[in-house]
Amino acid sequence: MNEYWPWLVLAGLGAFHGLNPAMGWLFAVALGLHRNSRVIIMQALPAIALGHAASIAIVAGAVVLTGLVIKAQALLAGGGILLIGWAIYHQLYGHRHRVRVGMRTGLAGLALWSFVMATAHGAGLMVLPALIPLCLADSPLGATAAEGSIGIALVAVGIHTAAMLVVTGAIAVAVREWLGLAVLRSAWINFDWLWTAGLALAGIILLVSAHPS
Amino acid sequence: MATWKPDPTFYPSPRMAMKAPAEALAYVASFDPKRQVPDGIAVVDVDPKSSTYSKIVNTITMPNAGDELHHFGWNACSSCLCPNAPHPHVERRYLIVPGLRSSRIHVLDTKADPAKPKIVKVVEPAEVAERAGYTRPHTVHCGPEGIYVAALGNAEGKRPGGVFLMDHDSFDIRGRWEIDRGEQELAYDAWWHLGHDTLVTSEWGTPDTFEEGLVPEILLGAQYGRRLHFWDLHTRKHQQTIDFGDKYQLVFELRPAHDPTKAYGFVNCVLSLADLSSSIWVWHRDGKQWAVTKIIDIPAEPAEPDQLPPMLKGFKAVPPLVTDIDLSMDDRFLYIACWGTGELRQYDVSDPFKPKLTGSVRVGGIVGRATHPGANGRPLNGGPQMVEVSRDGRRVYFTNSLYGVIDEQFYPEGLQGWMVKLEAKPEGGIAFDKEFFIDWPASHRPHQVRLQGGDCSSDSYCYP
Repeated sequence: MNEYWPWLVLAGLGAFHGLNPAMGWLFAVALGLHRNSRVIIMQALPAIALGHAASIAIVAGAVVLTGLVIKAQALLAGGGILLIGWAIYHQLYGHRHRVRVGMRTGLAGLALWSFVMATAHGAGLMVLPALIPLCLADSPLGATAAEGSIGIALVAVGIHTAAMLVVTGAIAVAVREWLGLAVLRSAWINFDWLWTAGLALAGIILLVSAHPS
Repeated sequence: MATWKPDPTFYPSPRMAMKAPAEALAYVASFDPKRQVPDGIAVVDVDPKSSTYSKIVNTITMPNAGDELHHFGWNACSSCLCPNAPHPHVERRYLIVPGLRSSRIHVLDTKADPAKPKIVKVVEPAEVAERAGYTRPHTVHCGPEGIYVAALGNAEGKRPGGVFLMDHDSFDIRGRWEIDRGEQELAYDAWWHLGHDTLVTSEWGTPDTFEEGLVPEILLGAQYGRRLHFWDLHTRKHQQTIDFGDKYQLVFELRPAHDPTKAYGFVNCVLSLADLSSSIWVWHRDGKQWAVTKIIDIPAEPAEPDQLPPMLKGFKAVPPLVTDIDLSMDDRFLYIACWGTGELRQYDVSDPFKPKLTGSVRVGGIVGRATHPGANGRPLNGGPQMVEVSRDGRRVYFTNSLYGVIDEQFYPEGLQGWMVKLEAKPEGGIAFDKEFFIDWPASHRPHQVRLQGGDCSSDSYCYP
């Protein structure tokens, strides 16, 4: 069981990220309504997933590279501190971002928007507790291990993104076809709070696992 | 500050907002034209079932005298549900109330007791000037990047005026909005098409040309504002100017369609120098550019010189002076306030290029002095001015003062303030609510009306 949990966490967090209206499905639905087209929703969803994946991949790449030069324990501790700092930043200043992409955007703009949203929200950092053990597992052999880590990191990003895309796509279709946007008024719970809690929790998990037992 | 669920007054689309419950309170800017007594926000009971219906139930007094409260707005509204910049858990709770003359900005919290808001923050004029680079704050709109405030002068009270941003939680002044203002110098109103990434601004003049009243030489020389400016809402760059030409003066209130997929809106031009008429124009797409088309002309009405104030005697006519317009939530009815002739008109603008007159009431007016069923036959002065429409489109409120020193130019005997309400039929047609006539406290005059929970000029929407 132990070797599966990081994968489950990756997929679970993917689902959580996909659930958040601010991460993309709502934008896809809005574009569909504006352009009176179901096709645009089906085009928007992969673009959004691509931007999200790029943001996660940068963090995964950083883990693999940093793992080559510092000890796992230091990486865990550093990641933990970074996450808690990000949680505080997100709580205090998360609403202050410049808006750069509007309703007339193309798919490239949408992917960029998704990348910026995921990065600013620390989506990649939130998956560190799953990424670090996967990417650093049994790596005493330098270069060969690094290549293996890159492969594992890519699979990790893929699994997370696939889960995110499935959930965000399902919600987009459900809202567009059956639920209607009125559902926003009651069902849009405060993801910012959940998100901040998620970041802080991930930080604490890292700090605890960094502590020599 | 934040909540678990979105503020119940936020609606994804204008169609949903039309189903909102009726407002129970109206907030009205109330100012002392003599600048002796502090201005206030009057809270008016607009719930017909209440025992204090059509009465001012409270007045929140500002800490200083001479602010000239004018326009104001909410810290947050339905645009918080936009997908590209969501802030759904901010509360619509604070009224942002600038002094147009003082440049002081007050923040009133309406949450604990909506009938008795409390002043929770005051940003002093020096701080506004230093942080925003602007003074004479006018229009306030909640929007995708916080609170947008259109200001008429720069820090020195000269040109250019422009737009600045405030934080919708802390109310800190975040600074100038424009990144590239192009040829824009004069400012007045600002609003946007969220579905078309476009912000529109209009023009009045610099503070030195209106703070002592309209200057006839500037007006007749066509030196007041007469242009519209179109901006990219997100890159904040100026894209296009449309000049109405040297016959037209004072291009004022911007009422873009509420449906974010529609790329058109309405604006009033107060005065034609050719014949003193007022006009309504629609801006719309024309290929890759914006264009304007005049859709309504409201002519001046002949009058005897002895019925007219000194400024108008030579013209032997009373100009309609259309100084405010408002568009119903379904983009179907446009309300037009003729402050000079004392008339409020309703047009069906379902086809924005083919408006149909569907209703008219008369009250006040420079010559008409029409009375109101609730005023015991007394002649009234001032005329329909700031007009606000309820979200469901069934009720229309308006007040009669334009701007302290300009009131005196057109109503030199001294304008006595009032506020009235119309009932509007869903298929068109308007009539006075005979019970609703507020004789304003004589020391003050009423200006903009804001309705509890939002109204037709407060919110913008990202979904059709």
